[in-house]
Amino acid sequence: MNAVVQLSYLVATVLFIFALHWMNAPLTARKGVYAGVAAMVIAIAATWAQPEIVHHGWIVLALLAGVLVGVPLSMVPLTAVPQRTALSHAFGGLAAGLVGTAKYYLWYSEGPEHLTTFRMAAIIIEIILGYLTFTGSLLAAGKLQEVKWIPQRPVTYPMQNVTNIGLLALALVVGVALTLNPAAAWAPAIFPVVILLALVFGVLLIIPIGGADMPTVIAILNSYAGLAAVAMGFVLDNKLLITAGALDGASGLILAIIMCKAMNRSFLNVLFGAFGQTQQTKTGGEQKIYKEETIDGGAQVLEQANLVVIVPGYGMAVAQAQHKVRELYDQLKKRGVSVKFAIHPVAGRMPGHMNVLLAEADIPYTDLVEMDEINPDMPQCDVALVVGANDVVNPAARTDKGSPIYGMPIIDADRAKTVFAIKRSKNPGFAGIDNELYFSERTWMLFGDAKNVVGELVKQLSGSGAH
Amino acid sequence: MSESIDYWSLLYVFVLAAFIGLGVIRRVSRLLHTPLMSITNAISGIAVIGSIIVTGGDYPTGIRIMGAIALFASMTNIVSGFLITDRMLKMFKADRQPKRDNKS
Repeated sequence: MNAVVQLSYLVATVLFIFALHWMNAPLTARKGVYAGVAAMVIAIAATWAQPEIVHHGWIVLALLAGVLVGVPLSMVPLTAVPQRTALSHAFGGLAAGLVGTAKYYLWYSEGPEHLTTFRMAAIIIEIILGYLTFTGSLLAAGKLQEVKWIPQRPVTYPMQNVTNIGLLALALVVGVALTLNPAAAWAPAIFPVVILLALVFGVLLIIPIGGADMPTVIAILNSYAGLAAVAMGFVLDNKLLITAGALDGASGLILAIIMCKAMNRSFLNVLFGAFGQTQQTKTGGEQKIYKEETIDGGAQVLEQANLVVIVPGYGMAVAQAQHKVRELYDQLKKRGVSVKFAIHPVAGRMPGHMNVLLAEADIPYTDLVEMDEINPDMPQCDVALVVGANDVVNPAARTDKGSPIYGMPIIDADRAKTVFAIKRSKNPGFAGIDNELYFSERTWMLFGDAKNVVGELVKQLSGSGAH
Repeated sequence: MSESIDYWSLLYVFVLAAFIGLGVIRRVSRLLHTPLMSITNAISGIAVIGSIIVTGGDYPTGIRIMGAIALFASMTNIVSGFLITDRMLKMFKADRQPKRDNKS
């Protein structure tokens, strides 16, 4: 590899680091995208220009096909961004797996001296990570897209964790055997066994995971896709792959840690805990009574408030209510009411999901407030309006040691002077946990589809404003 | 390719890059975690360079087909990742009534 290529890779590495560095604030973030694009163009051009690249037609075709599929994928509605992201991890995993596979068979046919122990170990890591990320992410994307034949609820069965760990261990054992005998006559026939085990393991890893854990799982898969690229870098002796993959892996890791902290759970618990399985048991007890509020009354209380805090959740995205919420925000602002949004880190189906949806609805990001920053202000809040959020405002997380969400940090909606909670039906939320907040003496329920309810509130407010 | 790859320097690069990554990503605004994830999707499309080497080299057809599929998958990530990141970032605005002072 000549100096020009190496220099180009070095420049690309620096640009990738700046791309992520500029993401630290909304004002500079778009500059980050340009840096990333520039880095990628440089990397592709430098690689393509190498003399050993002789077949250009296929490259052009594959790149064009990538553009043809990539452009529509970038135009999905923002509610569908979690599944697009998961699909993207799947593609990343697939690419790593295929390159590792191709390299193994290539080197095997060229002669055993190419298959050093280090390379072979890197190939094994690359294909295990790559293929498990591929099927795992595809399944996650399917769950998020709510594809009919894919179960949304966690699927569990006896000995699940034992089976999963056993499968992974088996893949590793076969992988080690291959690493020690990469050029054995049986090796090319056994190699696909590792691929198959990794593919199956990916499915089994994600099948027990429910929607509430998706933000964490997507972040973990992000990390795996990055690490698979790192392994590819070891295989190909390419430092740019290693650095870019490491940045990617670090990002996934940090996001996963933030998500886990926001749920007071550990990685292992998320992956092997099968959340949402046994919580239905306690709901049968005494019949509690909801207090209902009318649109009319709700609008009046909102109008007279000084500070309204809106707590959005995934239900808001499902009901596509964010634009109506923006209208409500406008109406209240017009009356001099101060309106903030309280964002829980795991609200939605991926990290930061709520922020993007609200930004799309044209709500200034300066009014989107992190959980830790809004909670001290909640006692001064006149109305907390809960739109499609459930577990993230459930006080049981503070008080009920038996609750599966006990210990999870929540938005203190219950400390507001009045709580309005919009809820589609009288059933428990996603995780199947009853929510004490709805029965609190300060809480009034507004039953109905979030979009309709907020729309009615807006109509009421704009009507009374005309007088 | 010779067999004299300096594994240790590769491992050093990995460890150092991982620490830089952790340092940089920790400072990313929580507002932007979704765009962060989509831009890292695009960056993970760096697998494109490995795919180009496998697709474009003078290798048996089977090998190159695998490379071409990998190339397609990586390019999809690059294109959709960068485009959607930019699309989302355009939506993030500060207060909608801009203060009348000159933004410097």
